[in-house]
Amino acid sequence: MTAYVIRRLWQMIPTIFGVILLIFFLFNWVGGDPAQVLAGKISNPEQIANIRKQLGVDEPFWYQLWVFVKQVFTFDFGRSWSTNEEVSRILVTRVGPTLTIMLPVVFIETTLAVLFAIMVAYVRGTLTDRAIMIVCTVAMSISFLVYIIFFQWLFGFILGWFPVQGWSESFVKNLLTYAPLPIMLAVFVGLAPQLRLYRSFFLDEINQDYVRTARAKGVPERKVMLKHVLRNAMIPILTNVGISLPGVFVGSFLLEVFFSIPGLGREIITAVNRSDFPVIKAVTVYLAVITMIINLLVDVMYKWVDPRVSFK
Amino acid sequence: MSAVLQNPPVVPRQESPGLWQLAWRRLREDRVGMISLVIVIFFLLMMIGAFTGVIASDWAKEKGVSYANPSFLAGAENLEARAMAAKGEAGKVAPVDLSDVDPLAPRYKEWEERAAKISVTETRRAETLPFGGDKWGRDVLKKVVKGSEVSIFVGLAAALLATFIGTMLGAMAGYWGGKVNDFLEWFYNIFTSIPYILLILAFAAVATATGKFGKGILPIVLVLSFTGWTGIYRLMRAEYIKHSSREYVKAAQAIGATNMSRMFHHILPNVSHVALVQLSQHTVQFIKAEVILSFLGFGVPVDMVSWGTMLAEAQNELVIGKWWQLFAAGASMAVLVTAFSLLTDSLRDALDPKLK
Repeated sequence: MTAYVIRRLWQMIPTIFGVILLIFFLFNWVGGDPAQVLAGKISNPEQIANIRKQLGVDEPFWYQLWVFVKQVFTFDFGRSWSTNEEVSRILVTRVGPTLTIMLPVVFIETTLAVLFAIMVAYVRGTLTDRAIMIVCTVAMSISFLVYIIFFQWLFGFILGWFPVQGWSESFVKNLLTYAPLPIMLAVFVGLAPQLRLYRSFFLDEINQDYVRTARAKGVPERKVMLKHVLRNAMIPILTNVGISLPGVFVGSFLLEVFFSIPGLGREIITAVNRSDFPVIKAVTVYLAVITMIINLLVDVMYKWVDPRVSFK
Repeated sequence: MSAVLQNPPVVPRQESPGLWQLAWRRLREDRVGMISLVIVIFFLLMMIGAFTGVIASDWAKEKGVSYANPSFLAGAENLEARAMAAKGEAGKVAPVDLSDVDPLAPRYKEWEERAAKISVTETRRAETLPFGGDKWGRDVLKKVVKGSEVSIFVGLAAALLATFIGTMLGAMAGYWGGKVNDFLEWFYNIFTSIPYILLILAFAAVATATGKFGKGILPIVLVLSFTGWTGIYRLMRAEYIKHSSREYVKAAQAIGATNMSRMFHHILPNVSHVALVQLSQHTVQFIKAEVILSFLGFGVPVDMVSWGTMLAEAQNELVIGKWWQLFAAGASMAVLVTAFSLLTDSLRDALDPKLK
């Protein structure tokens, strides 16, 4: 186990180095001279000169790469090109609102999707099952944008149940007033594809021999589904949740833009709009690292869910 | 041994149907698949029609009043149009008479005569349009048609390029194995360790900041395909690993087929159905992504219309009760995406009946 984790951590090094190279190639090499990128965006020539000096634009490329590597490992990406705020501060302050929205979303969405999926899988092949699957397919084909525009208008503007947008300083107020509508929307949109996927996971298990055996020995249906089938279907479900977890940190940037939530997602969009490269570079590199760590944690969790899994 | 061997009766040689023929036969029996195919072809024809200018070439003409009502809502009130009209009337107040101070006053008459000669045809703006108008009185229906051109083209082009990249890299990794495989797997790991949406935005940031990815719709096509090839690569690699040890490939090697020939002449046709399904799946995914990127302003340029830019306008229109642009763009996209996804499922079933 420990050996496995250590080996996996060791294997991450080339990938992290690769991510650094990719981002460096993209922003420093393709992106070119910051003076050109910032022309018309920053009028102060002194500031541009500072940025160029800090990045070592006039030095050979290996020096620039070294500057970038140093930035990554010291958590110091300098200041934002547009607001002059420290990049590390931007990241730290923006994560909170994003997680306030996304953690409830992941929790509610997964619970509901698993519950519905097991119910639909139980009545597979019936009219109910087919109708739900058709509804899911149609629901999935409508753009997330349309849902947001429509429901924000309906619940915020017409019915007035929730504020149309906004955010406050108090966590409780955010969670109870401003977050419910975005959370509801994200859950609503995420449910259809997850329901479809999880249904197929359950169907794979329902036809297995052990289910027949359990029924033959007289285990009640509820117990067959919730204990035997659910436990076995947890592995692919866990993988799927694991894949979606890194996205939790970016948040649903569309929701953050529409509801003006000061989260990481909106920050990234603003940064792209303003060509604020340090912010994008920092977010990309650190999220890649977080993604790798989450993937490792998910793999370790397999063992916990399924004792048959052995680490090689 | 003088018995005359009788020739066996000549049996007409029967062509056994190939993969594609069989797949087509299976697809034809799939009613949902065929209906989806018809819808997708309809949209493709619409795209070609708009591209060649046969239909909707005059989408940018301001034919109706501002936010013209759809024909089926002809009686509904249109406050915005009235406000605009009132503004127009107010602007027509007679100018202050300056003739006693203006040194050019003696030429007023000459100018008036000359002005009268130029005929200004003030087109009457229509009160209603088939499916309503936007802020500038452009026909929403024509905008949807023209927007489909951009959206579908971007989706298709990006999917084609992504499939090409994925297939090439997958073929190399799967066929050569060894060091090539290690390197490409490393490359793949880099791309997949960054959350997909963040990867797109990072590429889009560089594309919009430097303009090095080209002009017009080229940047978004490149951004989507440079970031979206990973899934295809992984599948094609698996297929190539599987096929490169098959007997027919060994046989090809025995008769002296080069590596290139084996990779692309022998194996590729046998795995191309996987690529086709991926192409179809990615087209849907990229159409959706284009809409969102264009909405955020990183997609198609402002002088073009796509479903994404229409939705961006629709956000403010809904508040004043003008729902038709949102509905038109959202519904046409939903129909195409549903049809395309169902077609993808049918294609997969038809091409690989074992999967069912």
